[in-house]
Amino acid sequence: MSDEDRPGGELERGDGELERRDEGATPAAEPIPDPGLPEHQPRPTDVDPALERRAEFQVAAMFGLATLLGLGFCVAYFAVPEDKTIFGWDALNFALGMTLGGSLLLIGLGVVQWAKRLMDDHEIAEERHAVASSEANRAAALEIMTAGAAESGFGRRRLIRNSLFGALAVLGLPAVVLLRDLGPLPTDKSLRTTVWTKGMRVVNDVSGTPIRPSDMELGQLVNGEPEILVMTPEEEAEHAEDEIEGVDRLNAKAKAAVILVRMRPDEITPPEGREDWGVDGILCFSKICTHVGCPISLWEQTTRKVLCPCHQSTFDLADGGKVTFGPAHRSLPQLQLGVDDEGYLIAMGDFEDQVGPSFPELG
Amino acid sequence: MTTTPTTSKPIQETKTGKAAAGPVRWLDERIGLATLVKTFGRKVFPDHWSFLLGEMALFSFIVLLLTGTFLTFWFVPSQGEIIYDGSYAPLRGLEMSEAYASTLDISFDVRGGLLMRQVHHWSAMLFIASITIHMLRHFFTGSYRRPREINWLIGVVIFMLAVVEGFAGYSLPDDLLSGTGLRIAEGLMRSIPIVGTYISYFVFGGEFPGDDLVPRLFIVHVLLIPGLILALITVHLILVVYHKHTHFGGPGRTEKNVVGAPFLPIYMAKAGGFLFIIFGITALMSAIFQINAVWNYGPYNPAEVTAGSQPDWYMGWLEGGLRIMPNWETTILGWTFSWNIFVPGVILFGVLLTILAIYPFAERWVTGDDREHHLADRPRNAPVRTGLGVAGITAYGLLWAAGGNDILAVWFNVSIYQITWFMRFAVFIGPIIAFIVTKRICIALQHKDSEIVLHGYETGIIVRSPDGEYTERHTPVATAEAYRLTQHERVAPVGLPPETDDNGVRSPARLPAKLRARASAFYFADAVNKPTTEELAEAKHHTDGEHPELESGREDGFLGATETGVPRRRDD
Repeated sequence: MSDEDRPGGELERGDGELERRDEGATPAAEPIPDPGLPEHQPRPTDVDPALERRAEFQVAAMFGLATLLGLGFCVAYFAVPEDKTIFGWDALNFALGMTLGGSLLLIGLGVVQWAKRLMDDHEIAEERHAVASSEANRAAALEIMTAGAAESGFGRRRLIRNSLFGALAVLGLPAVVLLRDLGPLPTDKSLRTTVWTKGMRVVNDVSGTPIRPSDMELGQLVNGEPEILVMTPEEEAEHAEDEIEGVDRLNAKAKAAVILVRMRPDEITPPEGREDWGVDGILCFSKICTHVGCPISLWEQTTRKVLCPCHQSTFDLADGGKVTFGPAHRSLPQLQLGVDDEGYLIAMGDFEDQVGPSFPELG
Repeated sequence: MTTTPTTSKPIQETKTGKAAAGPVRWLDERIGLATLVKTFGRKVFPDHWSFLLGEMALFSFIVLLLTGTFLTFWFVPSQGEIIYDGSYAPLRGLEMSEAYASTLDISFDVRGGLLMRQVHHWSAMLFIASITIHMLRHFFTGSYRRPREINWLIGVVIFMLAVVEGFAGYSLPDDLLSGTGLRIAEGLMRSIPIVGTYISYFVFGGEFPGDDLVPRLFIVHVLLIPGLILALITVHLILVVYHKHTHFGGPGRTEKNVVGAPFLPIYMAKAGGFLFIIFGITALMSAIFQINAVWNYGPYNPAEVTAGSQPDWYMGWLEGGLRIMPNWETTILGWTFSWNIFVPGVILFGVLLTILAIYPFAERWVTGDDREHHLADRPRNAPVRTGLGVAGITAYGLLWAAGGNDILAVWFNVSIYQITWFMRFAVFIGPIIAFIVTKRICIALQHKDSEIVLHGYETGIIVRSPDGEYTERHTPVATAEAYRLTQHERVAPVGLPPETDDNGVRSPARLPAKLRARASAFYFADAVNKPTTEELAEAKHHTDGEHPELESGREDGFLGATETGVPRRRDD
């Protein structure tokens, strides 16, 4: 279609007036007049008594079946044993869901079917009323408000009014102050330190057994924790008083979890000053992602990178834990390792870099 | 109509009517029942599938209230650590929070507990999905325009609350997956400039994870937010009743009326039936499809995570933003600003809500149209609006896909880094392409509508005239259809105001007016106006004059063709 015969012609730009051409809405400019509501078309069930009876039977059958399923639910509740499975499904859940769902669905479908097939389907039209109030009501409302203002003296007695406003405004403060004890204020200790101290053993995060350098194979990754968070039963019997438990353990774990990896020493390019932070090619890094704190856990042995499963930040462990991809900004903090008298891996102190997600005071 | 008598006995003379007369009078004398029935009993509700979306949201909310109440009878909102000794053998003897242990009890030791948990989760998914699609239907039909702007805003707030409510809900069981979600949420809080650390400490009662959050989230999830949603739904529905429903135009369906079925009995039956259908379908889904199998994840441990962790679907687009954002972080005057987290994690949701909230007012400014609208627009008749809507859906969809970049990488066997880089650009370019394509499609459809009104349908019937000319027979469109196709308004861009006023003084508000005129020209550019009366007369004359034999309704009984091209004849 070319521009010439485009119906309605080209757009008219404004003709210098901030005016709308809404004459288009007037009936005179409408190309087709409103033919009015179409005639009612009878449905098959309106004209054929046999079909009408059939529809009636269908609806009643649905309600009847729904009744049976409702009873079936109660039977299943008491009859199906809780630990039974059918085709891999939890049998009780399946039986209860199918009977309850079926019953509800059939009631719903039956009612809708009743409405669609059998109830009178003549459409009716309702005139819309004006949404806005009538002029008379507006005038009356204004009068009421004026009277209210005059009778209360709300406008006139400014001293009372403004002092009330002041008092109400101040009430917002107690509401805020009251929430102060929702939590303690952050401290440098809680924000910036973990439970790692010099000489603390790095232990397996599940069994709590301490780790010797010779226990680790080349390319292996071990999840570690400080010994005071995970203890073997024997140790627990001896040093139960040292173990951190309950919520304190979870809080400590959220910062202290580490990963140990063993690489060939010649693969590693340690950052300056960290040349002696590993033991025989074993390096220790924080397990907590510097992005939003997920525990990173996907170890790509061949590229020596770890990937966070939450948002795919990737860190090169052979290169000081640097970020090589993804949304994390800071390198994974490294924990300096040493070996104690018994030959077990120990921390040589706390992390030097910030563990976990950044925060405003990080600086 | 045979068995249903057209005039039935007055209800007060029936047996039931006589029995109910006493109680009904009692109620009427106390609450004016008869007046309520008179006012609302025959209220008209128009029929269209898209009008069910809001009902779907309402009914899934009712299902949520029912099943949620059931769950609270057993759920223990506490992070106190206990040793699990319930009937799920793989986790027996493990240390876990009471919240997680009680969720396991609901799943394994309370009969019907698993079903109710799953119905609750499925209907939560449905609740947010239907709210989202309900909003889209209002957007694309322009029914947020006067007088419904406030109802649109209420809807935006309900949408926001529903997302927060959903997140709070799936965080409660304190399993490994939900704990990971909270870990991320804590990271997001910390990224808020200046006050982030404080917000995190106040929300979690100190360090993450602490043991305060589950009890706090519980009361937010079961009282605070549902209460707010319920109150807002009430106002939302009161306004729907007051404004009366929008409807699509057509013969007899105009700006001035609303055509449909009366509340009693049709609408009440259909809506009431639909409530049962929604409940029934979510119950059947819960019987067959497992959802949030928390026993597979294990208790929360801040040092563990599962690969392929995904949030519930409605958080997916924010998750995608977090995944594809470049790792920007800056330190200014000693304060750290984590743009890599703050922008996708906090700003993005705010941007969506802001755009949704201001759109009706922005469009009013651009079109200069402040009149009442009760007819739902056909999306094609507002090409720019429809284009913007599809652009928004595209951006949302791409971000959502980016939230599953690890899953996509495995499925399609491509590098996760390539997917991430692709998405970083696609979320900006995709919406622009979607806008242009959608706008063009709308305009093409408008052209087609005009064509049909002016020249009728192509019948696909080729006629050879005696002198050998081949022409295609057109058949005029039915008047009702032609009316439906021309019921929308003509485009009316806002023009420029005069440069100087009557006294020759330069108008001070020149720049905003210029901006507005440009925005308006953009909004209406290329839109096709429906034919005028003259054009219609001209087209008719054209057909009559050149091919009189092609007019339908001829002596051969040809009455045009159906949409599928089957010819209709008079003797049919």
